[in-house]
Amino acid sequence: MSRRVVVTGIGVQAPGGAGADAFWARLVSGRSAIRRISTFDPAPFRSQIAAECDFIPEEWGLTPREIRRCDRFVLLALAAAREAVTSSGLDLEGADAGPAVGVCLGSAVGATIRLEEEYVVASDAGRDWTVAADHSLPFLYQALVPSSAVSELAARYGAHGPALMVSTGCTSGIDAIGTAYELIADGEADVMIAGASDAPISPITVACFDAIRATTARNDAPETASRPFDATRDGFVLGEGSAVLVLEELEHARRRGAPIHCEISGYAGRANAHHMTGLRPDGIEMSEAILDVLRQARLAPGDLGYISAHGSGTKQNDRHETAAFKRALGPAAAQVPISSIKSVVGHSLGAIGAIEMAACALAIRHQVVPPTANLTTPDPECDLDYVPVTAREHRIGHALSVGSGFGGFQSAMVVSALAKSRKEGIA
Amino acid sequence: MTEPASLVISGIGVVAPTGIGVAAHWKNTLDRRAGIRPVDPATAGDSGIRVAGVVSDFDPADFVPRRLQVQTDRWCWMGLAAAEMALADAAISDFDPYRLAILTAASEGGNEYGQREIQALWRDGPRAVSAYQSIAWFYAALAGQVSIRHGAKGRCGVAVADAAGGLHAAAQARRLLLRGQADHVLLGAAEAPLSPYALLCQASLGRHSTAGAAAGAYLPFSEQAAGWVPGEGGAMLVLERAETARARGAQIYAELAAVASTHDAHHPADPPPTAAHMAAAIALALERAGVTPGEVDLVLADGDGNRRWDALEAEALISALGRRAADVPVAVPKTLTGRLNSACGVLDLAWAALALFHDVVPPACEDLDGRPVIAGLDVARAPRRDANLHTALVFTRGVGGFNAAAVLKTAGGPS
Repeated sequence: MSRRVVVTGIGVQAPGGAGADAFWARLVSGRSAIRRISTFDPAPFRSQIAAECDFIPEEWGLTPREIRRCDRFVLLALAAAREAVTSSGLDLEGADAGPAVGVCLGSAVGATIRLEEEYVVASDAGRDWTVAADHSLPFLYQALVPSSAVSELAARYGAHGPALMVSTGCTSGIDAIGTAYELIADGEADVMIAGASDAPISPITVACFDAIRATTARNDAPETASRPFDATRDGFVLGEGSAVLVLEELEHARRRGAPIHCEISGYAGRANAHHMTGLRPDGIEMSEAILDVLRQARLAPGDLGYISAHGSGTKQNDRHETAAFKRALGPAAAQVPISSIKSVVGHSLGAIGAIEMAACALAIRHQVVPPTANLTTPDPECDLDYVPVTAREHRIGHALSVGSGFGGFQSAMVVSALAKSRKEGIA
Repeated sequence: MTEPASLVISGIGVVAPTGIGVAAHWKNTLDRRAGIRPVDPATAGDSGIRVAGVVSDFDPADFVPRRLQVQTDRWCWMGLAAAEMALADAAISDFDPYRLAILTAASEGGNEYGQREIQALWRDGPRAVSAYQSIAWFYAALAGQVSIRHGAKGRCGVAVADAAGGLHAAAQARRLLLRGQADHVLLGAAEAPLSPYALLCQASLGRHSTAGAAAGAYLPFSEQAAGWVPGEGGAMLVLERAETARARGAQIYAELAAVASTHDAHHPADPPPTAAHMAAAIALALERAGVTPGEVDLVLADGDGNRRWDALEAEALISALGRRAADVPVAVPKTLTGRLNSACGVLDLAWAALALFHDVVPPACEDLDGRPVIAGLDVARAPRRDANLHTALVFTRGVGGFNAAAVLKTAGGPS
């Protein structure tokens, strides 16, 4: 018998929103947090904009030692986790949480910034293939193998249960939370600190996406550059950030009177087995993932009150995704409000899946659908209700989030308001 | 409640310093032919890593079309080769694409590819960066490429837990099969850590052997243990329910009876004060497998090769297995290959399955012969045939405190 899993804590570090409340306010405002890249000179690059976090690690209680030791993606995760665990009411810091508490964190590219910075030092700015150890940091191994982020979290919370990173590219966030959900559902843990983090705004990552023209080059108008589902969209905007959730077995949460935000009622993943970056226009594999989560959650398409789209703002993604929604949901696809928060916080690769799950939990809490910013020119190929520009009050009992990424991976998850979840019937 | 399904390993693919293909790998293992070689000084630089487990005679063209080679790093070539051989070994011809899952582990991603492209960026500018860098460098490249190459549309996963990642992938494979969300899982990992910047990063941990010659470089559990040797390569396994394997008349190497994991939750690099959480992972795996310590016939050890870490492992084995720890052979065939990081656990699962299938305790490298080892452990040196093996324990640890254990059993009667 599968155990039920609820969300009891939310922590977010997103562009334009440090902390879950500020993040939600930013989403609802529909004001994009995208600007010219400030951490290095972006002039030589095709795409020169990004969604950056105004992140001050000290404000989140991170120590000088942690700041020295850890890459930015780890620091963002530590900050998000602190908010999530504190808000869950669990008193874990400095304690020994034992084997019933685990950690599952997603990241697509791990410690890219540090790996690149240290490489530049060791290779004399790329002059030498043979590298020199002279000036390199003592923590390079922890940058090379990104599961170090999980170890940082486990050590802080004394979490001796199952601990791993999930690194499935741009679906890492959903997949990490989904893996944590399955670990609790199957009885391997009672509490999981689960989420994702990425800090990819570095020259090499920007150059990578330049090389395949996946990012937009609307450098003159950063705030309107991320335009999911808009007819004039021409690529995504790189972002950074982290979201961490506290997942908990339902009875465990009830016994301690925890704040219960929502229940996770299904998780599924599929692959298109087609192309590492290309998507067929039919959306069939994403549709299969959506149908699978609806089956797990015992929902009809019309039960969905909100869909958080992948909505990256590339030509092919938004068309692919629209087809997937139509294929999976039938006529109900046109009824359910759908939006892409990447219009506001950019695309933070593996982190965004967790940030979008946080958005779904907050949408259920506030009964508000965050808008798709910059959607001003409807695209006949993306003809669903993508909630342009303005947030909307709406009854949300169940929210679906989907992700699509390199490798052809398609993931889906449903979260539900507890009173309306499958096994308790309608309250 | 019905008995949970029994899950079995029905295919093995190996690309390791011990050989390419399961037959060559097993033969070279039994012959104790170590694949540890000097690293080219231009690659090693001043990292201090001077020997490594090398997959010699590997021609990617045997497995990977040229068009795909330019899009992928060496770790993917070896992983794709292992995947192809595992699927062929399992002889799965007719499968539902949505019911074949690809679950990999990864630690380092596309090291050499990544270094080359970052070099191009800094030396020659953004336009010099390859269009394939974005799909070659990241940790999910192997899972994606395997899925595409073999038409697998089920769940794809990538577990990162340093050297414990392989067993996390195995644990996820078990969950997926037991939940009925897949019919077959291809699980495994590969690593290609022998490029300059990757070696520098690995050396920063300070746990590598600085020996200048292969002989005596990697001597886990011995008094001369002075570090580990990194290795390249990997392994892939096909896991499925015993009933589906038997129904299609598949060969079965072994049953994967349980996997469990814990975390030391102590420090991202330093050893924990006790082996309690390592022992807990082993005890939990035995409990889930329904096996008593006395029933364990073989241990595939982590074999870190640093004295403090070896002592902790011995403490964990003695704590979890009690009196049995002194009698059970502790195998470290990875002394023939070096440590393959995320592929460690998968290669150990392959060795354990082969050991049960052929009823042989796998050997260690000859350099370990005659050396005193940690008291209380029976570290296996030469292969032991007709060993009457029924149950094997695999234990692996990842840097930062990851502990994982798996239990394998001989697979019942003939099909």
